[in-house]
This record gives sequence, structure tokens and C-alpha cells, in this order.
Amino acid sequence: MSDITSQSLFELTSNIKEKKLSSEEITKAFIDRAEKSKKLNVYVTDNFEKAIDQSNKFDSNPNFDLKLPGIPIAVKDLFCTNGVRTTAGSKILNNFVPTYESTVTQNLWSQGAILLGKLNCDEFAMGSSNETSFFGNVQNPVGENLVPGGSSGGSSAAVAANLTPVTIGTDTGGSIRQPASFTGTVGLKPTYGSCSRYGIVAFASSLDQAGPMTKNVRDCSMLLEVISSFDQKDSTSIDYKRNNYSKELSKDIKGKKIGIPKEYRVDNMPEEIEQLWKNGISYAKDCGAEIIDISLPHTNYALPTYYIVAPAEASSNLARYDGVKYGFRSPGQNLIEMYEKTRSEGFGDEVKRRIMIGTYVLSSGYYDAYYLKAQKVRQLIKKDFDDVFSKVDAILTPSTPSSAFKIGEKTNDPVSMYLNDIFTVPINLAGLPGISIPAGKDKNNYPLGLQVIGKPFDEQNILNISYALEDKINFKNDISDWWLSE
Amino acid sequence: MSIDLKTVKHISKLARISIDDEKANKLKGDLNNIFEFIEKLNELNTDNVQALTSIAETTLRFRKDEIKSENIREKILKNSPEENKDFFVVPKVVE
Repeated sequence: MSDITSQSLFELTSNIKEKKLSSEEITKAFIDRAEKSKKLNVYVTDNFEKAIDQSNKFDSNPNFDLKLPGIPIAVKDLFCTNGVRTTAGSKILNNFVPTYESTVTQNLWSQGAILLGKLNCDEFAMGSSNETSFFGNVQNPVGENLVPGGSSGGSSAAVAANLTPVTIGTDTGGSIRQPASFTGTVGLKPTYGSCSRYGIVAFASSLDQAGPMTKNVRDCSMLLEVISSFDQKDSTSIDYKRNNYSKELSKDIKGKKIGIPKEYRVDNMPEEIEQLWKNGISYAKDCGAEIIDISLPHTNYALPTYYIVAPAEASSNLARYDGVKYGFRSPGQNLIEMYEKTRSEGFGDEVKRRIMIGTYVLSSGYYDAYYLKAQKVRQLIKKDFDDVFSKVDAILTPSTPSSAFKIGEKTNDPVSMYLNDIFTVPINLAGLPGISIPAGKDKNNYPLGLQVIGKPFDEQNILNISYALEDKINFKNDISDWWLSE
Repeated sequence: MSIDLKTVKHISKLARISIDDEKANKLKGDLNNIFEFIEKLNELNTDNVQALTSIAETTLRFRKDEIKSENIREKILKNSPEENKDFFVVPKVVE
């Protein structure tokens, strides 16, 4: 049997069911490795002691019918966990201990999973490198001083470094798929309305979705099956019959029509990414898929639209952090001064920047010029996808315009940081499902990902296409464990 | 169009985030760069386009108005920044 922490969710689940491993053995193995991996800075808060207790409880009375029987899982620190500190990577929530549980994490525990701890992320999920976290940057296990992507950077690093079998992240403009691409892992953003937003610290409510981050496509299908559910507590949750994604997973994609959008061939795209995309196309053909050239004419307008819509929603959502009911408070002479000092000291620079953008575009006299304009362009972007999905079953693109960059390389230039999400943002604006799978490496041996985009609620199809491509690509993430300490 | 220092200060007032002059100047530069990038949208004519208001094509559901959680006062007050028994405490607002 291979080392416990390097096993996939599928393997661990089988080994538990066949009684070859106990929940305690697995939980302890991940905790031991985490103790030696502090250099990566993936954990904001650990739950190790309670996790061992819970694993013992599971072992003494196991239920092997559950989908995640006694499996320890760490989650992004954006999900509220009852009784366990939840910070969203922010000073303003540094001392916040929720008295309720997010629906998505509740779904994990209801299927037998055990909370290992809370994973680092960009502050309020605003960032593409995990460098905006109040708790410091995360190291990418792929190479020293490399960002793990963001905002789910602690999550992507934890999966790649074998510190959790699988995890869940959130994706507002690429925050699951871009870090997955940077770390050689799999990340899926489901259709808007698939996974409940209840109990997730809100960033931009019309774009946010939770999703699985895993070592491979099969694990991804297993985890999606658990977290996707209709929820009365989220008014935008959609009541439809979810697939049994792992059971229906198939490599047979013969005859599937896959679109290749010409607008994703952006200026200055590295040759390696162009090549990666070509390889992906030829693998899809080998699997019997039909390749169709398509056009998504408003692609170039997606990022500017996103940088109006997301900050506008964020500035409204973050109005609740006023130092009154929970979180950090900085005292003031009067109420207004207390608000202003609390928010000034409690939020980091990127969050303040986005609140300012959002406040501006929603302010009197600018609403029509910016916010309304952006909502109209968003309609055009959505229509682009509606049109092509009458001709194709899925779309194949690169996940990101580059591989992982160095820590500190882009922190002084917000716009160049935003450009990271150029291929992922349109999918959130249109509410579609998208998955990033590792597809190759660049000249530095850093991973690169391909993205498969599907029709609304067609997660099964993009999982199947990814499953077929994964088999052909045969990606190996050779990580050297350079960070381990004794 | 460019955002001047006065506007930055005005927005910070609206957003209830106090900033000093140094930060305001830095923000002015950042915001202008970002808005230059956003101005690209003006290339598009959207006169006859309906604004997208909801990405999930559903109508909001009705439910019965009933109490589901009781005696949660303690839970609600648990995370309040200032120590107290029954209320949230804020600086005096009425003279």
C-alpha cells in the first residue's frame, strides 16, 4: 500500500471500507505531515485534537455506507464552521467563532468526513496569489517562493502537498480553477445555484460558488456529489435532480462536440500554453470528440465587467463589518469614528481598494455609467455562451495565461494581478460550470491547466470530458517535499 | 476621466474607511489605473440591451413566516466585540 497521505480519496475510502486502514490511522498520518509542513503556511486554524477524537468515534462505531467514511478533510477558511474560528483570511474576523455551520461543510460531515482544519486564503477571497491574507502568504509545494494561486491558495497547496485528501474552495472569478492550475491539481466551479452559499463568508453574491479541489477527476466527482444540494437557506439555490456524478463518470466522450473559442488566443500568451491547448485538442480528437471552432465575441469585456460587478457586490456585502455585532473593533470617540477606524484597521489594502471601487460605481451619478453598463455587458457575455451552446456540448480553453509566478512579483500592480483570471472570469459572469485539470508543464517544470466549460447543470459532461483527457494526458506532479522539517 | 484626491476622500467617507493623505494618494493612482482598464466597456453600444439582474433563472420562493430557532440570544451576542450580557454596546449616540 502506498503512503497514506499520497492516496486519492477513492483509495482512502476503499481502504477504510475494506478495513485495511482506520479513520484514526488516516487522520494521524495527515496531522503528522502537517506538523512537518508549517513552512507552507496552509493552515490558519487547525482542528487536530478534535479530529483525532472524532476519528476514534468513527472507528468504534463505523458506518461504511457513508460517502466519506471517517475521511479527514481541511476546508478553505471562508466556510463557517460551528465552534471553529472562521477568519476569511482577514484581521476583521480574527476572533470570529461561528455558532452555525455552512450547508456545504455540513454536507461533508453528514457523509462521515472529519474537519482537519481551516485553510489559508486571500482576504475575503479577493486575490489571485494568496498574498492578501492577513495570515501571510502560502508557499506553492511545486517550488519555493512560488505563489499557489488564489484565492483558494491554502486549499490548492494542501491538496498538492498531500496535507488533505481533498478540499473545498470557493470561486468568484477563478479562485478554485486558477490555484488548481498553479499546483497541478483538479478544481471545479459548479453551476451557479448548485452548491448552497449559506454560511460562506460572502464576497460577490451573484458570482460566488463553492466547489471541490482534488488530486484527480474521479475524486472531484465523488466530492461534488456530496456538496451539491438544494438548500432552502440560500434563496438562489436551485432545486433540480443532481447526478450520481461518480457512478456516472465515464471516459466515453465519442461524438461530443467541443468548441474552441478563438478569442481565448490572447496577445502575449506564452508559446507553451498555446502548445498545451493544441495537445488538449488533439487528445480530445483521439477520444472521438468533434472539435468545432467557435467565437465568444465579448470575451475581452469580461474582466472590466467583473471589476465593476464583483467590487459593487463586495462593497455592499462588506458593509456588515462595522465593529458592532462581531469581529474586530477599534474604539472611537463616537459611532462614526468607530466604524471608520474599525474598517480602516480591520481590512487589508486589496479589500479596501475593492470596497472603494464598489462604492464609487454604486454612488449617486455613477451608477448608470458603471454598474448598469456592466450588467448590460454581462448580459451580452452570457448570450455569447447561450449562442455557442446550441452548437457545442462543451468548450476547451487554457485555465490561466501563465504558470505560477513568484511571491511578490505582481503585488504592486493590481491590474496585472487581475489579468490572471482572464480565462476564468467569463464563466462566473455567465453562471456556468468549469473545471481545471492539470495538462502539462512549462519550461520551469511548473504545472499548467486546461479548462473545460459546460452548459448550466451539465457538470457530468465536463467531468466525463476531463476524465477522458486526464487519462490521455497522464500528468505527474513530481513534488520533492522540499519544505518538510523534522 | 480621472479620479482626483477629493473624490477619493469622498468615496472613503461613503465607505466608512478612514484614510490618511499618503494612502489616499496611493489609492488615487490604483483607482485610476483600474478605471482606465474598466473604461474599455464604453467601446460597446448597449442601448438596446437589457441589464442582467439574476444569473440563476429562478423566481424567489415564498415560505411560511415561522420561528425556527428559539433562545439564540446568547449565540447571537457571543461574538460581540464588547463584553455585555444582553445588548450590543456602541459609543454613545444620543447627547
